[in-house]
Amino acid sequence: MKRVDHAEASSHFIKSKAHVEFHDKRLWDLRGKRDREAEAIPEWEELRALASAIKEHTLSHLGDYLEQFDRNATANGMQVHWARDAAEHNQIVHDVLGSFGARVLVKSKSMLTDECEMRPFLENRGIEVIETDLGERIQQLDDEPPSHIVVPAVHKLRGDVAEVFSRTIGTDPKKSDVPYLAESQRRHTRPYYLKAGAGMTGANFAVAETGSFVVCTNEGNADLSANLPRLHIASIGIEKLIPRLEDLGVFVRMLSRSALGSPITQITSHFRAPRPGSELHVVLVDNGRSERLGMEGFWPSLKCIRCGACMNTCPVYRRSGGLSYGATYSGPIGVIIDPTFNLRKYSALPFASTLNGSCTSVCPVKIDIHEQIYRWRKVIAERNQLPMVKKEAMRIAGRVLSSPRLYRLAVKAAQAGLDYLPRSMIYNPLNAWGKQRELPKAPKGSFRDWYLKNR
Amino acid sequence: MKVGLFIPCYVDAFYPEVGVATLELLERLGVEVRYPPDQTCCGQPMANSGCHEDAAPAERLFVKNFEHFDYVVSPSGSCTHHVREKAKLHPNAFELTEFLHDVLKVRDFPWAEFPHKVGLHVSCAGLRGLGLASTSEIAGPAFSKPLALLSKVKGVQIVQPTRPDECCGFGGTFSVTEEPVSARMGYDKVNDHHAAGAEYIVTPDPSCMMHQHGCAQRLGLDLKFIHLAQVLNGARA
Repeated sequence: MKRVDHAEASSHFIKSKAHVEFHDKRLWDLRGKRDREAEAIPEWEELRALASAIKEHTLSHLGDYLEQFDRNATANGMQVHWARDAAEHNQIVHDVLGSFGARVLVKSKSMLTDECEMRPFLENRGIEVIETDLGERIQQLDDEPPSHIVVPAVHKLRGDVAEVFSRTIGTDPKKSDVPYLAESQRRHTRPYYLKAGAGMTGANFAVAETGSFVVCTNEGNADLSANLPRLHIASIGIEKLIPRLEDLGVFVRMLSRSALGSPITQITSHFRAPRPGSELHVVLVDNGRSERLGMEGFWPSLKCIRCGACMNTCPVYRRSGGLSYGATYSGPIGVIIDPTFNLRKYSALPFASTLNGSCTSVCPVKIDIHEQIYRWRKVIAERNQLPMVKKEAMRIAGRVLSSPRLYRLAVKAAQAGLDYLPRSMIYNPLNAWGKQRELPKAPKGSFRDWYLKNR
Repeated sequence: MKVGLFIPCYVDAFYPEVGVATLELLERLGVEVRYPPDQTCCGQPMANSGCHEDAAPAERLFVKNFEHFDYVVSPSGSCTHHVREKAKLHPNAFELTEFLHDVLKVRDFPWAEFPHKVGLHVSCAGLRGLGLASTSEIAGPAFSKPLALLSKVKGVQIVQPTRPDECCGFGGTFSVTEEPVSARMGYDKVNDHHAAGAEYIVTPDPSCMMHQHGCAQRLGLDLKFIHLAQVLNGARA
């Protein structure tokens, strides 16, 4: 499996000045709105601590809460399925669709179904899958994965969307005003709701006490997907459990404030039972989560409520775009989750970080994201997954820096090099520092030289 | 109070004047300070790369050099963060401004005057690792130890960039392994300070300074860089 090269991928994104500037500004703007919302709630930091404690409690009793949810949801009339992994999830969904004879599936945004690569699985079996979230639909039509877990097409400018729509749903390529594009997509997608044999949603929270689940959205598409067809399937990661309905208040107060800097999502829908004459199926998906729960130092990543605040604040993410991570989950939360799926493939991702810690500070459930990034680097080095060049460089640096004599020789050599070498030799393609930056001027001697002479 | 002066490797090699200013400032304040001449590096570059085994010998050498001191003081937030918080090599290791602010409780620098428009940059390890200042992510009363000290210098005019506590993109080995993003972040940072009207970027963190200075030079920006220790020690320009 080839290692994802984030640095290389980011260099392509950065080449387009218009894209990187818009992307950075748009997401920084969300971060700013989040700050203002958080500041307006005096107990914000208490809420974070409470949300974290509820999640930690739930995760440490997860088996019990899952069984409680299953019992209550079943009693409510839902049909509950358990999927060990992505393959089981996709098969269950396919079987349920088959039992209904559904050939068209309308769905709202779900990172879990992306994680399971459900869409190609169903499409290969003759089922038409329509994403109904605007951003997710843009990405589907452009045959790209979402680049952000909340705003999936944030890396695109409206000109890009005009190009995609003109190519796929027949809009006027010269028209890129937002109302025109949004309305065109709406008119194109609406008929599918009526045509569809089944609708699918994810869930933001599943409440064990009530056997119900909650979907928080802004566009109304999830409710159309869930309520128009006679079959509603909800795919839910097992970490989405919370114990009681009253716990929900804590999370609903934080979710949209953290994500978009808005007090609450436009729609917060509670699903408790199937409508008369229809069926409601829930698929509880593990797909590596139980294993992650057993990983010392890494399990708190399961507290994540997928708000994307860490992505919005991340200076690296904002300048490299979500697609540069080459994984379902990008940005800070992505770089600590992705290696649990495939350590080698995603071994470069924990290095796509300056360890600045802003992600940890904005996380509404207090995941120690940058500490986990630091820990992943150790795991990657120990499991021998560092690139050879870095491994050797660190071995040599470790030797030189542990010997005062070798260290002093290295300081002299570095200073002499900066002093005597011609510019063309210092600023060569092998010197990554010098591509876009100047090196410091060489001083006459080291601090140590000065100290020994003057003190 | 016996204070050991920890001068990080790249400061020793490229910014000896920062080490001199730190030493002179501490001496001026009556501190008994000594520089163990066999010091090298704290091990941070290797540890941050995940190579803790490669970092261990340098870390052991650090302990040997500094274990007999009551305090270790260094003009670098990120190295101090490694020494005190990550590798736990010395419980009383302090970054210079927190040592001045919290331990010596210095509030006046009558000898210092810096009649310039100044943007202050504090590293992320200093901000979020050592807690040198409040950050924009956490609601609460604002404070900044480096700013409290800098604002005591005669003639200083503080200008505020639009994103005062966003990372500048140095990040240690990140600066070369993730060169495209690192440089872009550095460019954004120095442009932000320049647009705010800064003549100087003053910082307690020489690694961010090395990166930002290199970016500003390549962009041809009229922006100068100086370490906070030099300003507090009385440098005029």
